[in-house]
Amino acid sequence: MKYEIKIGHLFSDLLNMFGDKGNIASLVNRMKWRGYSAETVCFKEQDEICFDGLDIVILGGGGEKDELSALKKLMEKKEELKAYVESGGILLAFCGGFRMLGQYFKTKTQTVEGVGILDMETEYGERFIGNVIAETEITGEKIKIAGFENHGGRTILKGIRPFAYILSGEGNNGEDKTEGAIYKNVIGTYLHGPLLPKNPRLTDYILKVALERKYGETICLCPLSDELENEALGFAINRFLKAEG
Amino acid sequence: MKKLRLVIAISVCKLLIRIGRLVGKKGTSKPGEIALKICPDILTMLSGQVKGDIIAVCGTNGKTTTNNMIYSYLKANGKNVVCNNVGANMIYGVCCAFAAKASLLGKLDADYACLEIDEASAVKIFKFFSPDILVITNLFRDQLDRYGEIDLTVDYLKRALDLAPYTKLILNGDDPVCAQFGREGKRECYYFSVSQKVLKTEEESSEGRFCPICGNKLDYNYYHYSQLGDYACNKCGFKRPEPHFAVNNVCLENGMRFELSYFDNKVQFDINYRGFYNIYNVAVSYSAARLALGKLENYRDVLAQYKPQTGRMEEFNIGKKVILNLSKNPAGFNQGIATVLEDSTFNKVVLIGINDNAGDGKDISWLWDVDFEKLETADVSRYILCGMRADDLALRLKYGGIEEGKMKKFSALKDAAEAINDGNENICYALVNYTVVFQMQEILSELKREWENEI
Repeated sequence: MKYEIKIGHLFSDLLNMFGDKGNIASLVNRMKWRGYSAETVCFKEQDEICFDGLDIVILGGGGEKDELSALKKLMEKKEELKAYVESGGILLAFCGGFRMLGQYFKTKTQTVEGVGILDMETEYGERFIGNVIAETEITGEKIKIAGFENHGGRTILKGIRPFAYILSGEGNNGEDKTEGAIYKNVIGTYLHGPLLPKNPRLTDYILKVALERKYGETICLCPLSDELENEALGFAINRFLKAEG
Repeated sequence: MKKLRLVIAISVCKLLIRIGRLVGKKGTSKPGEIALKICPDILTMLSGQVKGDIIAVCGTNGKTTTNNMIYSYLKANGKNVVCNNVGANMIYGVCCAFAAKASLLGKLDADYACLEIDEASAVKIFKFFSPDILVITNLFRDQLDRYGEIDLTVDYLKRALDLAPYTKLILNGDDPVCAQFGREGKRECYYFSVSQKVLKTEEESSEGRFCPICGNKLDYNYYHYSQLGDYACNKCGFKRPEPHFAVNNVCLENGMRFELSYFDNKVQFDINYRGFYNIYNVAVSYSAARLALGKLENYRDVLAQYKPQTGRMEEFNIGKKVILNLSKNPAGFNQGIATVLEDSTFNKVVLIGINDNAGDGKDISWLWDVDFEKLETADVSRYILCGMRADDLALRLKYGGIEEGKMKKFSALKDAAEAINDGNENICYALVNYTVVFQMQEILSELKREWENEI
């Protein structure tokens, strides 16, 4: 069977910093290498966002000005986004995109109301910048993931689970070892790198969930040759876990 | 008392620079740091003795090249010049440059100063003196973990300019982020532009494509690269200003030729440099020197003799022609790639080297904003990947659609450089970042000597 997915990149002209387009490249290529197809729809600031038919929605980070313009637009589509999430739609939110999904976040100068999909609050602090190694069980087994964080937000999770636990780095707030958040099929994270290319097991898990939701059957993705991916991940884990320990 | 501190600071600084040279350290900032501790007024006291203009150069890319060319023009016109030409561009580096040029008694005999200044350091340095002329070459996303984002860099420069209300500006008019500074305060302001479309560029980085004044999306007649081009905002009316120094009639085949017109003058340039972005460096350094001196002599000699900095499109013959180029950020790297695309030589090998030391920026996610895919249209048959982040590079190329079989990773730079000669390609482009370039330059020089001894 030839599977297809549709990825929606929200505010692709505003929220595209820190090489996060690599996340989309990772999702798309890993479908194509298996003989499946993947289409990416870019919604720019001026475009009308429509969640119908989308299997994975990407919300990235950008400069602060751009993030605030994007959030203003997103608030107009808040109910549609909530409905998409409640119906099991996958939403991947990175850094600024993650922060804006909470109840509120503070910047240096103001408090901004968030979308409210993730039950969490974000204060403002000195930037956390550096390599991160974390451990997540989202795929059903414990795996180590590698990324890079660069954020001033200090996020405290309220009624939701973290996406991962920090082994090396700062994470949501530098104190409770949590990194990111999970709610239904929403994954929010501060991790760039970009995150997905170097963490293929996580990427394949996301694809599997998306396909199972769409096709209503159990999907088993065939393994790919992940030599380069595993070398890059292994190198990062060795180097940055050692550096910390 | 102040004078005594100055004399001690200068002596200590000179001594430390000398010791540093003996142990083979170039461009270190320690002597300047100590000098500033001993005499906090050292910059004010020494810069005040410069007879003519103090010219400062800021901007993401092209600072060193531009500043060194201004220095060469001034020297060629018989001037005595203070210059931080080893690229130490923070406050301590600037201290070193002044102290090194001063006499032990605290006298500075200098007609001009030209100083490359890091954007975040300008606000610290301008507390001690205001330059007469400030050049801003361009503002791109740079090492993100240092500055956060481009808005922060703009903010640093605005605060620096507040300290220097009479400083004349020379700005890149093609860069909306740069050109916005012309609206700050009542000061003399000059713009330079490349006034015609030259490269066949498509979309690149989106940052800076919004009006810096009102935030509306800018309309472009054409792009040069990144956010540089002919732009206008249809909401607030902000647009590319009329240039005082305009480049026209550009030809990039076999070197570069172009015409620079300013006021009622026209000058022809015909030089053996590569890379479109070098047009800006050549044009703005000429413009700055011309403004400072009033008239400019011997400029052709300067251009003919000018040797690019380490790894700025530097050529080596190691049995195969190798062109080494330093790029530190997506805009720079994409320009490096554009230069490979302009070269019609068939069958090329490309070496890419990426480190993530403090001097490079620890965050390498910007690699995903570089259009490595485009290299596939330039007849590249092999990719040599090296540096501390060779693994990430390989992933980046793989997800860019480049065959794994064409790539080879090396953990040692020396092995990577030696592998250049493994294939029968006709030319090699070595595109590397900051802390790779110096080592690679030494390795290639060594291979070049070995090759010359063989023949």
